[in-house]
Amino acid sequence: MFFRVGSLARNRSMWGRMTRMRVVRLAAAGGWAALLLTAACGPVQEKGPRFGNVVDSAAKTTVTLFPVAPPPFSDGIFPCSQCHGPTDKVNRTPHVVDFHSEIVLHHDEKNRWCLDCHDAQNRDKLHLADGRLIDFTESYRLCGQCHGPTLRNWKAGEHGKRTGSWSGAKQYLLCASCHSPHSPHFKPLKPKAPPLRQEAIR
Amino acid sequence: MSFIRKTSNFVTGTARMAFLGGNKVYYAWLFLLVACIVQALFAYAHQYERGLISTNMRDSVSWGFYIGNFTFLVGVAAAAVLLVIPAYVYDWKPIKEVALFGEMLAVASIVMCLLFVLVDMGRPDRFWHILPGIGHMHMPSSIMAWDSIVLNVYLAINLIVASYLVYCAYHRIPYNKKIVVPLVIFSIPMAVSIHTVTAFLYNGMASRPYWNSAILAPRFIASAFCSGPALLLILFQILRKVSAFEIKDEAIHKVAELMAYAMGFNLFLFGAEIFREYYSNTHHLVHYEYLFSGLHGKASPIALYAWMSLGFAIISFLLFLIPRTRRMPLTMNIGCVLIYLSVYIEKGIALIIPGFTPDQLGQVYAYVPSAIELRVAAGVFGVGFLLFTLMVKVSVVILFERDAQPVHA
Amino acid sequence: MSDHTAAPLPVPAPPAEGYSRREALVMGLFALAAAATTAGCSAADKLAYEEFVQKHFRDLTPEELKDRLAGLEKKYSEQYGKSVKVSATPPIPGVLFGYALDLSRCIGCRRCVYGCVEENNQSRNPQTHWITVLEMDKEEGVNLQNADAFYDHETVPAPGKFYMPVACQHCENPPCTKVCPVEATWKEKDGIVVIDYDWCIGCRCCIAACPYGARHFNWGKPVIPKDELNPVTEYLGNRPRQRGVVEKCSFCIQRVRKGLYPKCVEVCPVGARKFGNLLDPESEIRYIIENKRVYILKEELNTQPKFFYYYGL
Repeated sequence: MFFRVGSLARNRSMWGRMTRMRVVRLAAAGGWAALLLTAACGPVQEKGPRFGNVVDSAAKTTVTLFPVAPPPFSDGIFPCSQCHGPTDKVNRTPHVVDFHSEIVLHHDEKNRWCLDCHDAQNRDKLHLADGRLIDFTESYRLCGQCHGPTLRNWKAGEHGKRTGSWSGAKQYLLCASCHSPHSPHFKPLKPKAPPLRQEAIR
Repeated sequence: MSFIRKTSNFVTGTARMAFLGGNKVYYAWLFLLVACIVQALFAYAHQYERGLISTNMRDSVSWGFYIGNFTFLVGVAAAAVLLVIPAYVYDWKPIKEVALFGEMLAVASIVMCLLFVLVDMGRPDRFWHILPGIGHMHMPSSIMAWDSIVLNVYLAINLIVASYLVYCAYHRIPYNKKIVVPLVIFSIPMAVSIHTVTAFLYNGMASRPYWNSAILAPRFIASAFCSGPALLLILFQILRKVSAFEIKDEAIHKVAELMAYAMGFNLFLFGAEIFREYYSNTHHLVHYEYLFSGLHGKASPIALYAWMSLGFAIISFLLFLIPRTRRMPLTMNIGCVLIYLSVYIEKGIALIIPGFTPDQLGQVYAYVPSAIELRVAAGVFGVGFLLFTLMVKVSVVILFERDAQPVHA
Repeated sequence: MSDHTAAPLPVPAPPAEGYSRREALVMGLFALAAAATTAGCSAADKLAYEEFVQKHFRDLTPEELKDRLAGLEKKYSEQYGKSVKVSATPPIPGVLFGYALDLSRCIGCRRCVYGCVEENNQSRNPQTHWITVLEMDKEEGVNLQNADAFYDHETVPAPGKFYMPVACQHCENPPCTKVCPVEATWKEKDGIVVIDYDWCIGCRCCIAACPYGARHFNWGKPVIPKDELNPVTEYLGNRPRQRGVVEKCSFCIQRVRKGLYPKCVEVCPVGARKFGNLLDPESEIRYIIENKRVYILKEELNTQPKFFYYYGL
């Protein structure tokens, strides 16, 4: 084998050149395959994989997906395809709809409306600005398109409620787990009782 | 006689001298002190049962009346030195005979200090944790640990010297100067150290800017030296009247003069603190505002006492400074009472409470001592005064009355 | 100490050697009293005696520690009518805990305060809170002289106000451990400042020395309703305390040494609290220190707290 590679390397004939190129392409393909294979399985660390790299074939790139808590759907609302078919006619200009009236949009409603996030044809998916479809479990990618610094902080673990373990794999909540995507601003809470004045402690 | 015989003879003999042969006033005074102690035992039992919640101390003001009294009494104990220094160092005859009483006052004061610390502890049953060897004493970093050492060493020195001198006088044998003089000389830096270490307890705490001042230790020494002897001056005048106790006027006037200088220095240091605080005008001023007026629109419960303390200090300083008023018994005694009250307030209320008010997070808790605290403190003072009274009675009998010739005027 | 030489009075002849009858009687009474006290000791007295003479935590051998923990478990289980576990989990090597709190997010709801109370078995009556939430003006910024710990609004955040919760800062240079006369409090290897409640003498030097108001004293007997007791306890952390000892936040030592977050971090509804291992470059606490502008309270006192405040927004 090594004898062959060595002689192949020195062979100046047409055959030699073509074989060399085939070997190189094979090696490259093998390398990519290996990379994608390991990437798909996730990097192996003692603490366990922190996140998974998957290939986004539409954009021909690798994106990082995070293991998140399940999307906080209202009871029975999902899958949306129960009511919405892929071939329904959809009015794509912003307008007030008759259904889902319990949802009040209070999220840049002057510039945004439902179909800016929800895909018109496939209601079981959301869509990014360029039209790429994403699952509800990846909704942070959509939020991050406008809230970039927040997404960066969320990935590092700085943004959001932390549960789980401070060491090793982080438990992530979806943005929607805490912030209602239709009305994300936190409502004021009633504070718990103030401490007793020390004069009152008997 | 063997040593044991001599000692048991001494114990029974002095006990007889202490409790017998007094007049009506003396027994009434003893009864009052015992009553104070008994009522305090009940009060302390209540406090021990329920915990320190029966005091008015809380997280914001975690030291109060007990520790204030402790601090003042450490000063009184240290002030015995004021009488010792001239007597032994300068061999100044007029004060020599009264230095013993200063040492006895020191013993009584230290006993009161230790009692105040004991009643202030949350777990007095665990006091042995601080004993080196069987407990775990946190040396060298804990100033409280240093304080427990120096206080007990100072107590031991004064106890040894005073009892040895009285023992020798009782048995009419000359005392061994080689034992007494080194111990007494050693008690001078010890006296300075007990009060300096107590000051360090406070001024080492960066968390309390009211205390975190370098001149707290000199202030403590100055106020101790001016107040401690006041009690003794009054005592000597009383003893001179009711017993054969002798003390030259010269001695009294000299002590009063030294007190004047100490108070002058005390006022100077106080003025220096006031200047620093009010001129720099940082947030740390809030503690002085609480001391002298109040915060957030509410009057401070201690403001009146703070002004009283300052007024008394200035008046007594003048009374002691001016030779005429110093020598006149009435004005001198008024000065003694005022100086004692002034420093009692300054070292007690005016030191502890503003240090804690407002607390580290800016919250104000207006502390005043509770009834239990007052009762227990009265009992501790009762113990100290009782101890001191008995020691003084014994000493007066041995030194001045027992061998007195009938012809003595 | 008058060394005058008055005419010496005749000295009585010394008596015969040996103890007089009076002396013998007194000694006999003392011996009797001593015998009477040691007799008639019951098992409860024995337990109390063992508690009284027990050693400093750091001087206990592993067997003594096991016995001590078992004794405490028995005592607490009987007291509260449920099975209480007391552990003495050692620190994880290579860990130094740090905490961060986002001041732009805290709304002052005090859920951390009460979550901590439940998790750490704080006394309900007399009330003990390890966390104090201070309300201050946004316009003025952090000014402790104008802070209010007793605010009580209908809803929070109140307009124009921001909130700063304060608890033990777990300083690297703690002023409280320095002053303890019996070393009942010390800093552990993972950075947590702990208290041995069975060694504390209740002198309260540490409370005077703490610049952050983080330490609290059990002025009275602490009372926890039986059904609210958290039975998973740690010797140096959240086990039920006694009257007359000091307590404070322990970074939920019973949780963090098992890899969990402190209770306050998990309970915060707005995600203002962060926690982690300062020595782990991948932790969020490192990310915060390296990328956000962190601020520590009373920095000039050089206490080097491991509690960092920052403004995330």
